[in-house]
Amino acid sequence: MNRFKMILSAWPKAILLALLAGCYLFWLLSNRLNPYYLAVLINIGINIILAVSLNLINGYTGQFSLGHAGFMAVGAYASASITMFVGPKVLGSAAANPLNPGTIALFLAALCLGGIAAAITGFLVGAPSLRLKGDYLAIVTLGFGEIIRVVFRNIDSLGGALGLNGIPSYTNIFWVLGTAVISIYVVLAMVHSTYGRGFLAVRDDEVAAEAMGLNTTRYKIVAFIVGAFFAGIAGGLYGHYTLSIDPKGFGFMRSIEIVVIVILGGMGNTGGVVAAAILLTLLPEFLRQYEKYQMVFYSLLLIILMLTRPQGLFAWKRRARPALRA
Amino acid sequence: METPGPAGSARMSTYAAQAPLLQLEECTVQFGGLTAVSDLCLKLSGPEIVGLIGPNGAGKTTVFNLVTGVYRPTGGVIRYRGETISGEKPWEITARGIARTFQNIRLFPSLSVFDNVRVAFHLHLKHDSRDSVWRGRSFLREEVDIEAKVMELLEIFQLGKFRDSFANGLSYGDQRRLEIVRALATKPNLLLLDEPAAGMNPTEKAGLMKLIEFVEKKFQIAILLVEHDMQVVMGICRRIIVLDHGVKIAEGTPEEVRADKRVIEAYLGQAKE
Amino acid sequence: MIEFLQQLINGLSVGFVYALLALGYTMVYGILRFINFAHSDVFMVGAFCGFYMGKHVPAHSLGGGLLVIVLTMLICAALGIIIERLAYRPLRGGSSLAVLITAIGVSLLLENVGQLVFGADPKYFPELFPAKVYVSSSGLRVSSNQLLVFVVTAVLLFALQWIVLRTRTGTAMRAVSFNAQAASLVGINNDRVISFTFGLGSALAAAGGILYSMNYPSIDPYMGILPGLKAFVAAVLGGIGNIPGAALGGILLGLIETFVKGTRFSTYTDAIAFGLLIVILLFRPAGLLGKFQVEKV
Repeated sequence: MNRFKMILSAWPKAILLALLAGCYLFWLLSNRLNPYYLAVLINIGINIILAVSLNLINGYTGQFSLGHAGFMAVGAYASASITMFVGPKVLGSAAANPLNPGTIALFLAALCLGGIAAAITGFLVGAPSLRLKGDYLAIVTLGFGEIIRVVFRNIDSLGGALGLNGIPSYTNIFWVLGTAVISIYVVLAMVHSTYGRGFLAVRDDEVAAEAMGLNTTRYKIVAFIVGAFFAGIAGGLYGHYTLSIDPKGFGFMRSIEIVVIVILGGMGNTGGVVAAAILLTLLPEFLRQYEKYQMVFYSLLLIILMLTRPQGLFAWKRRARPALRA
Repeated sequence: METPGPAGSARMSTYAAQAPLLQLEECTVQFGGLTAVSDLCLKLSGPEIVGLIGPNGAGKTTVFNLVTGVYRPTGGVIRYRGETISGEKPWEITARGIARTFQNIRLFPSLSVFDNVRVAFHLHLKHDSRDSVWRGRSFLREEVDIEAKVMELLEIFQLGKFRDSFANGLSYGDQRRLEIVRALATKPNLLLLDEPAAGMNPTEKAGLMKLIEFVEKKFQIAILLVEHDMQVVMGICRRIIVLDHGVKIAEGTPEEVRADKRVIEAYLGQAKE
Repeated sequence: MIEFLQQLINGLSVGFVYALLALGYTMVYGILRFINFAHSDVFMVGAFCGFYMGKHVPAHSLGGGLLVIVLTMLICAALGIIIERLAYRPLRGGSSLAVLITAIGVSLLLENVGQLVFGADPKYFPELFPAKVYVSSSGLRVSSNQLLVFVVTAVLLFALQWIVLRTRTGTAMRAVSFNAQAASLVGINNDRVISFTFGLGSALAAAGGILYSMNYPSIDPYMGILPGLKAFVAAVLGGIGNIPGAALGGILLGLIETFVKGTRFSTYTDAIAFGLLIVILLFRPAGLLGKFQVEKV
């Protein structure tokens, strides 16, 4: 084990707290930063949370899920419902001030409840899909994602097809970066334990894993629940940043964008996935003038990656090709 | 190394103590119109090495899959220590104390040698997902404890120096050994070995025979061995069961089986010496 | 009663198109155990080929219309074969997940290149065939385009059955779908058979694209996604890998969808197909006519 990993594994919680403190400091200084850069950073953070959480399901556990945006949608709508409809009743005019401690508490509670709602959805999606493999699992999760989208399009009290507007602006760089750091910590901590090796075993060879006494069903469900939870929180952060959400933004295309990040970073390679999230969020910004070629680029990227380097762009030398099992 | 016992239960009822370790009562496995195994009766008790042989397609691996829960018996019952286990899921059966290796080695390719064995300690883990995230003191203590146990196992089988290598980087013989070590990490009472000598040269086979005998003595477990190599089978098995086309055609000591006319007929020629 | 019969006609006309699309999915899955995500976009390319060719052919002519269909089928067959050769064949034998991801990539590529080339605005599909509406004395309306859907699809289905059951290539296709290794051992050129299957499926998709656009004339680069997914559900419903099953599934799905559209749940129509898929995969994964296969350990 290299030095870096040894330090990380010795004091993981201390490092986590240090990073969170760093995020807090960063936020305090953030009003000196060009608001455009800040906006890009927030997008990077949200994409990191989405990609790292999907990586747990797709990368580490080998369950190819194409409906991640659906979990994001559940989190976004659930948390927005709480802050928009419950908030003013409980906090009155204080709800307008994002720095008011009561508002902060409300926001965090809303985010967590959004995450839990998404986690429950993750369980509902994961449980029936578990006996399916590869292609079928992908299509079924895609289907679930679309069903979720259609359901939200039909809920008029949440805006229906026109979307939900007027979400209070509670998201700031601290919440986003902080959640990103926490999600990375949770996934890494879970996977790098004796228990967590089970996820990889399930991905590598389900039959052998079962023969070693692993309850493969349980592992898959845990992956879906934890992955969906963070996707839901990302959705909540997203909603309270863009202040307006609509079902179209949480469809198949959004799920694919997250999948591309995970594949580019390397399935089961959290560091690589974070790097890929940063890269793929920044790239469109630099190539703004080529915006209309963006999706063509993404699709070509997918094809070329699969044909030439399926283990992702950032596979370190030590890592063997985690067999893309189906 | 402490004598392994079944995961969980510490005491056995007197009935279970007298009941054979594994018992198949007239088990049948059918796939559509094809009968792979028919009315098989089999009994195993206490530490012993039993061979399961037969020509290709006789149903030997099917029996393994049956016992480990990969297949459900379409007829008959499987009992472990007196309790019915037919129909249970593979991981539940492993939790009871039955472990196996595979005909084509099925190690976890993206895990190191160390982790391949470590995963198998999962059954005896006191911690779960939440504890891995929280990383409290008892979690850390258990991880250290497991690391020690894994290394102890690896060292016994001279695989300790490979701990951080990837499983596929090992030589074929070492991989087979690793698969056995991994199965042992689940603390079984019954170990099913599926053609462990396949693809080995004579030196490796001799080493394997010693290894299997060592495992039986040191860990006090029963071993059911499927093997094509007659030298290995006759050399270490106290008892041999012969299958042909899914039916048991002979059972007895190596000498008895060697001389059995039906066995000779079934093989249609010389056994590999 | 008239309502019901009308819905029946409408349902069948969309169901037949789903059947044509579903056949492509089921044939490729039967041979390669792989879901060709890009199939729905060949459907779209077919529609656009028909659109552009329709400009060079006299409108409302039977001969012109048929010529367009045949040429489009040929072009899309070539497209399907090229896709297989470049994107799927290099990954054959490897992890099936990699091919799936590649297929998604190809699908996205076709859609987005289509958007660049054709423009995102929907285009209006020309009237290729003489358009008449037949009204019965009881008020039942059938358009000639709908009749064409029935006739052309029926012809293509019979042609397909003939190819699969009575030609050497068809027999080769069936052999490869049962056991690819054995097929190559008896002298079948698997690569050629697979290319042929892709070509055949793509040609059917192209025909489906044109027939669909005749009845729903607004076409755009993303038009294939929803019908494609539904056709896939239809293929699974009928039993994936089973050719008559795909046709049956397509027709059934078209009927179910049309009848649901007439109820108050119409806004959930799209979700119905997915819901159906999930239910099938959970309770009867072999579909109506298929066989469930056990995995050998």
